[in-house]
Amino acid sequence: MTPVSDDTRTHTDRPGAIDARPVRHPGRWVALAVIAVLAAMLISSFVTNPNWGFAKALKIMNYNPVLEGLLKGTIIATVGSMIIGVILGVIVGIMRLSDNPVLSAVGFLYTWFFRGIPRLVLIAMLGTGVGFLYPKLDIGPLPFSQQLAQWLGLSNDLTVFSLDVNQFSSTLMMGIIGLGLSEAAYMAEIARGGILSVDPGQREAAQALGMSGGKIMRRIVLPQAMRVIIPPTGNETIAMVKDTSLLSALPLTTELFFQTNAVGTRTLQIMPSFVAATAWYLIITSVLMVGQYFLERRFGRGFGQPSARQAKKAQALLAAGSQH
Amino acid sequence: MSTATTTSPTTAGQSGAPLVRAVNVHKAFHGNEVLKGIDMDVHTGEVVCLLGPSGSGKTTFLRCINQLESIDGGRIWVDGELVGLEEKGGRLHRLGEKQIAAQRREIGMVFQRFNLFPHMTALENIMEAPVHVKGVGKSEARARALELLELVGLSDKPQAFPAQLSGGQQQRVAIARALAMQPKLMLFDEPTSALDPELVGEVLKVMRSLADTGMTMIVVTHEMGFARDVADRVVFMDGGVVVEQGPAKDVIGNPQHERTRTFLKRMHA
Ligand SMILES: Nc1ncnc2c1ncn2[C@@H]1O[C@H](COP(=O)(O)OP(=O)(O)OP(=O)(O)O)[C@@H](O)[C@H]1O
Ligand SMILES: [Mg+2]
Repeated sequence: MTPVSDDTRTHTDRPGAIDARPVRHPGRWVALAVIAVLAAMLISSFVTNPNWGFAKALKIMNYNPVLEGLLKGTIIATVGSMIIGVILGVIVGIMRLSDNPVLSAVGFLYTWFFRGIPRLVLIAMLGTGVGFLYPKLDIGPLPFSQQLAQWLGLSNDLTVFSLDVNQFSSTLMMGIIGLGLSEAAYMAEIARGGILSVDPGQREAAQALGMSGGKIMRRIVLPQAMRVIIPPTGNETIAMVKDTSLLSALPLTTELFFQTNAVGTRTLQIMPSFVAATAWYLIITSVLMVGQYFLERRFGRGFGQPSARQAKKAQALLAAGSQH
Repeated sequence: MSTATTTSPTTAGQSGAPLVRAVNVHKAFHGNEVLKGIDMDVHTGEVVCLLGPSGSGKTTFLRCINQLESIDGGRIWVDGELVGLEEKGGRLHRLGEKQIAAQRREIGMVFQRFNLFPHMTALENIMEAPVHVKGVGKSEARARALELLELVGLSDKPQAFPAQLSGGQQQRVAIARALAMQPKLMLFDEPTSALDPELVGEVLKVMRSLADTGMTMIVVTHEMGFARDVADRVVFMDGGVVVEQGPAKDVIGNPQHERTRTFLKRMHA
């Protein structure tokens, strides 16, 4: 018998607090050492190889045309196309789950078509092809307004609003629409998966309370589906940030990569211009990841411990309510 | 007056027309007939317990009453109103979604697996339907929800999310949620069979006190003690038909049919 166990036995015959050595992880230390060496080599190459041109890259990052490209062609295009993509995607996803066979077929065809075309091809087509096919888009109060007017022999062709497609086709708006249409196809699948992940008992409980179908979707099903929908949507948004660089195929020049590239080729600072674009993309992506964290927390409501702030807010609401 | 097929027949009944009248109710799933002509009257204030072996169609029948399933044959009336159908120009028409929702508002339902909304607190669960279906003001709905929480013995839990409550507590919130719509009729589908044994009592106690207030209740249950003490009438179902019914002490204490006897023997074993 060792003195240690004798000692504990004299104090009490029941085991007490555990004072044990933690499990050792020698592998972690080895990994750390290897990575530290690799990182040191990398940093040393950054510092000693002047071709990276970090100082120049920083300058390029702050050029006005680059900043304009960043704001319009990257940030606004991402936000705009994701808004279209999420809203249209949820609608298409709900359509696909509809009992109405026409709606679900339309939803299926939409997804099939827009998931099938590469974004680059879609953007290029919207940029030149649509303007070639439909140089002018006339919008009338009725379907087939123009044909109807011609047939009835009216002098006015019933057009209320007319759009010059050729002028519109290489604008930021067209790019946002193109990316948004494409995104909606992916978002539709994500939304469909999210909606299907909600327990059917939830819908039944809401039905039993006399809620209408639309309200059940908005108040019961979608809020729960969001928990499943948000992480892949964050992923999609980050992918979209990078896909906005495809807008140069519209062609759209107020776009980040187009602009850094232009500066790079003009001033023969190719590598610094790549570094500048990379840095901006990484910065935007990092900001988005923070946003995603907060969204996930918001829609994880009820599925983990509520945050302290939430609890306080709820308490305040309750206090306000009980005064009536 | 409309024809006899659509008006609730008012022949039988100790206190006028029954609150629920089911006549010859048939329901099949993909050709598999689950309800084979159920007849049942439930009067206002009555507590009826539905007993029967697994697969006998108890859940299906309850779901037909509030139209979570639509029936293939027969008729159901709730409070004199034909369920899921209306007569126009001498023909029956299925009701639209809005009208079905309106009929369901009169009926509260409690599920085996609670089905509370997990993204809402207990209080929000109870307030949801009054505010968003009936259009009751928020402060009024909140006051009423707090009263209901007190009624089910959970006045200390308004801000708890379902995941933070025990099964028994969740089921009591679910009862309060159904009561918040002030239904004429409460349907319970095995409300305690998903619970740990020590939590069954607290839910049954709430149901007992609800029965004492005169609420009309149809309860599918395997709790023989509850059926014996609380039910005014027990209905034994097997194979999609009502085999036997009557006062609890008769059906449970002195069953007339072999199938009832076999079932009860298995329950007590
Ligand atoms: N949605 C459905 N689709 C197909 N068959 C179903 C459906 N719902 C129920 N059934 C079948 O109907 C029969 C009766 O089911 P029901 O749930 O009404 O029985 P129950 O009496 O409630 O049984 P338990 O005591 O196990 O809950 C079963 O054979 C079941 O398989
Ligand atoms: Mg059942």
